[in-house]
Amino acid sequence: MVEFGGWEMPVEYSGIIEEHVAVRTRAGLFDVSHMGEIEVRGPQALPLLQFVTSNDVARLQTGQAQYSALMYAQGSAVDDCLVHRLGDGHYLLCVNAANTDKDYDWVTRHNTQFGAEVRNVSADYAQLALQGPRSANILAKVTRSDLAAIKYYWFAWAVCCGIEGLLARTGYTGEDGFEFYFPPAESERVWNALLEAGRPEGLIPAGLGARNTLRLEAAYPLYGHELDEETTLLEANLGWICKLEKGEFLGRDVLRKQRSEGTRKKLVGFEMADRNIGRDGYPVAIEGQVCGRVTSGSMAPFLKKNIGLAYVPPGLAEPGREIQIEIRGRLAAARLVSLPFYKRKKESGVRSKESE
Amino acid sequence: MAYPPELLYTKEHEWIRVDESIGTIGITDHAQKELGDIVFVELPKPGDRVTAKETFGTVESVKAVSDVYSPVTGDVTAVNSKLQDNPELLNSDPHDAAWLIRVRLKDRRETESLMTADQYEKYILEAAH
Repeated sequence: MVEFGGWEMPVEYSGIIEEHVAVRTRAGLFDVSHMGEIEVRGPQALPLLQFVTSNDVARLQTGQAQYSALMYAQGSAVDDCLVHRLGDGHYLLCVNAANTDKDYDWVTRHNTQFGAEVRNVSADYAQLALQGPRSANILAKVTRSDLAAIKYYWFAWAVCCGIEGLLARTGYTGEDGFEFYFPPAESERVWNALLEAGRPEGLIPAGLGARNTLRLEAAYPLYGHELDEETTLLEANLGWICKLEKGEFLGRDVLRKQRSEGTRKKLVGFEMADRNIGRDGYPVAIEGQVCGRVTSGSMAPFLKKNIGLAYVPPGLAEPGREIQIEIRGRLAAARLVSLPFYKRKKESGVRSKESE
Repeated sequence: MAYPPELLYTKEHEWIRVDESIGTIGITDHAQKELGDIVFVELPKPGDRVTAKETFGTVESVKAVSDVYSPVTGDVTAVNSKLQDNPELLNSDPHDAAWLIRVRLKDRRETESLMTADQYEKYILEAAH
């Protein structure tokens, strides 16, 4: 167990590689109760969220979720988050555990000019993530809700394993799957019932380690690695959640300027040429010059390659370029590749995240 | 997994088996468990000199990088080439098939300060509390 944002979290159960492959081929169950939840309510909820987040909250229908970012004025993210529209003037934000207090303070501070009702409700929700191609089959055994009616990045109130909660078709693994938010007193019961129901389908528990390698293969950013106070959303390839035309919001001016004049750095993917692993923090050299840094790097258990994400100058960022990663004082060969590293084959009718 | 009594152990979780003047060095079962799935091993070449209490190689799992320290000073006589393509052998057979290197010992007395299997088991139990 490791401490993570004040929570005791299992890094792995049966092993990161086994858990990772289970999620890609069958299903894995993650306890992500550490994630924070912030509720925003009232007639001023929409204007407040439009001002503090980058995506266009007005496009959300009730029952729909949206990937977004809480913004600093310098165009960087306070945090990345999911915004769920629970009803008219009623939203639930899911944020990173380690950032929850910072996020809540930030939203509250800006709320003085709006006057919405903002509450940190993290303690009211446990969250389990059931991820993998067999997720819907497994969940169908413990709920009567019509799961086919819950499309990607939509949610419904559902009774699962006898417990009512918010059931969203979202995730952080690059697979189909669900995230279930429900009262924490019931977490052990739901965890055990889901594992039991999923056992014939090959469901196994999965920890933080596999969650990280899965999101890396899918090239999803992790706050503190690809995202921080210094990095703008455009630099992190998150232009698709920057809705500059929606009206004024924190960071919009910087993003608009960068969109026309260009960014200082660009997030890229790389593959190592051999068995070396270019890990977080290692320097990146291009044409003999150190010009960037790895933000996440790992052996990729499903792709069976050593991959990573790094920031490099925008003019040197094209896929195919040979680069070098400095590993323990020596330069190791790698090559830039297009992102994501892994993309699941989609069934017809499932919309991609990028189209939201 | 039981710790073989014929091996000697370090506080950094390496083991050494001494036959005449040749020492075979590896990492312990405790080390492989802490690391998890091992995916890369970097070792010296035959002829290289390793020094007691200094690092001679690296073992990487999916989640972590770990230096390996030599229990003794000596010259490398052999390197376990199987680990290059099968690093996962370190997870399944750390005390035998997944030995890392063999060295010709410079001074056998260096092994006198190492732990026996019993002492090492006690050491890792205490470290866990």
